Amino acid sequence: MSIQVFVPRDSSAISLGANRVAKAITNEAAKRGVTIELVRNGSRGMFWLETLVEVATPKGRIAYGPVNPEDVAGLFDANFLQAGDHALKLGLTVEIPFLKKQERLTFARVGITDPVSLADYIAHDGYRGLKRALGLSGADIVKEVTDSGLRGRGGAAFPTGIKWNTVLNTPADQKYIVCNADEGDSGTYSDRMIMEGDPFVLIEGMTIAGIAVGATQGYIYLRSEYPHALQALNEAIDVAVANNYLGTDILGSGKTFHLEVRRGAGAYVCGEETSLLESLEGKRGIVRFKPPLPAIEGLFGKPTIINNVISLASVPIILDKGGAFYRDYGMGRSRGTLPIQLAGNLKQCGLVEKAFGVTLRELLYDYGGGSATGRPIRAVQVGGPLGAFLPESQFDTPLDYEAFAALWAVLGHGGIVAFDDTVDMAKMARYAMEFCAIESCGKCTPCRIGSTRGVEVVDKIIAGTDHAANIQLLRDLSDTMLNGSLCALGGMTPYPVLSALNHFPEDFGLQKTEQAA
Amino acid sequence: MTLSDRTQQAIDAAVSSNKDRPGALLPILHGIQDQIGYIPPEAIPQIAGELNLSRAEVHGVVTFYHYFRQSPPGRHTLQICQAESCQAMGSEALTEHARKTLGVGFHQTTGDQAFTLEPIYCLGNCACSPAIMVDDEVYGRVTPERLEQILAEVKEAQR
Repeated sequence: MSIQVFVPRDSSAISLGANRVAKAITNEAAKRGVTIELVRNGSRGMFWLETLVEVATPKGRIAYGPVNPEDVAGLFDANFLQAGDHALKLGLTVEIPFLKKQERLTFARVGITDPVSLADYIAHDGYRGLKRALGLSGADIVKEVTDSGLRGRGGAAFPTGIKWNTVLNTPADQKYIVCNADEGDSGTYSDRMIMEGDPFVLIEGMTIAGIAVGATQGYIYLRSEYPHALQALNEAIDVAVANNYLGTDILGSGKTFHLEVRRGAGAYVCGEETSLLESLEGKRGIVRFKPPLPAIEGLFGKPTIINNVISLASVPIILDKGGAFYRDYGMGRSRGTLPIQLAGNLKQCGLVEKAFGVTLRELLYDYGGGSATGRPIRAVQVGGPLGAFLPESQFDTPLDYEAFAALWAVLGHGGIVAFDDTVDMAKMARYAMEFCAIESCGKCTPCRIGSTRGVEVVDKIIAGTDHAANIQLLRDLSDTMLNGSLCALGGMTPYPVLSALNHFPEDFGLQKTEQAA
Repeated sequence: MTLSDRTQQAIDAAVSSNKDRPGALLPILHGIQDQIGYIPPEAIPQIAGELNLSRAEVHGVVTFYHYFRQSPPGRHTLQICQAESCQAMGSEALTEHARKTLGVGFHQTTGDQAFTLEPIYCLGNCACSPAIMVDDEVYGRVTPERLEQILAEVKEAQR
């Protein structure tokens, strides 16, 4: 039997040269007359070690990294196919501390399997959730999801089971399952990793959702910035259709579910669910008024489940092992696990799936290894461009929806971006307003006009013009945006702006003591 | 002005293969841009006619989305991420370097038509900031030196 060698096809790994490494390994093996089986797996999520090359051995998979194409000949010389010693050898992959301490439920297979191999998926417990769901009533499937305590992982944290139940109980001739894969938040990439590294788990989750509520058509709305995810999803969908896991009469059950990927076109606001639905209908991505809720009048006016990638990808394990299994992870009202994404100025950026309750400090230092530049971490932004900035004094906060809400912060989609002490927080506040101005859909005035005025006001504060009055104006404007915007884009832009002002007043030309209100 | 055969074929193919799908407009626009790199103004009345929409509606969609272009790009498109994670790792200096090296600003194309420079807000490569995308390829941890190397390689590969 030929030796299995794993080189990720994940786009972050490719961005660091994984394709060239894979080619170098294939060429070197051919040159030396060695037969290998090269598997293009997903990434394990340890991006400072990419390109991470693994070799299957009787004792388990041995990792080498970070590997560059020019290291490949040396690896062969060191007999890495038999786990030979080399400067880049990291030992057993599962023993790497960053990975060992994680609780991977949703990401159980990512980095381990060949993402587009159905046989591999099934051999690693795939499609067990669907098989169980096919024997349950729709109401029982929804109950499992409700019992799991799963809340929407896209950012709003709305209980998934309640959403599903509304769609289940709304009669209609056609219902839809829509996956929000418009992962636009800076500092987030877990959706991408799932779609590139284990697309079947998303397909399975959507199929279960369709069977639960009687929806026969699903759409994955994928951002245009993810060409590799598009490729992996389409490959996996084709395989699922060919093997009767999608289409009419799924696995002989008489149930139907069709699935199609649709590409977005670079509009951040289309991550907002109603704007996304407009876009899927072929229109400008303008936010809709709610009510009606999408669960009642969603895509093409029909009852629609619209969930984030991670929410849907968490459904198969919930159906396989039961709602209680999933609910036993976590703290308070935040149940299960969160795939956390470490980004920005950190030594060890990557994906950490942990039960809720892990603290920011553990993530930044134990997992992240501190800042990449070696300077002190001054601020972190959690939850994307609409998330608050947290100062060092709040790093002991556990990751929990309610604990973050108490600090006037959000977990969002679980992205954590670290900044060292060279960051200028007034500039970050300005950027938050600027980003809102660029991405506003234009429907509501607080967001459309407020963001542009916000940039101007921050500019005046930075220039010192009429300073006290403009600080007050920025607070008033933020208040209007917070309370008057139609959706989270205008409504949450004040989070980064005001948290920067409140926690880092010195960057806005204020004394530290002037930060009241 | 008449359209080249290639352009007309791209429009026809995108329309005919997508027009009967629900929500057909974005797939049609993607189909055209995938083939010829932008949405020519002449395509708008044609699409409007096929989908029974007004020209204003189609134009509105084309202009709403950052991804759709109304003019041809250079032979290659360089997108530099401007979002927070990349800012934390020096994207501002990298962008400045790109502007100087190419001699153009955002949304502009170099005189030799080789590169169009565009901002982008997150490539999902935040674990390897700063990130750039050249055509369909993402690159991570890009230093100014590495950027020059990548641009040279891309230009060379085309010859």
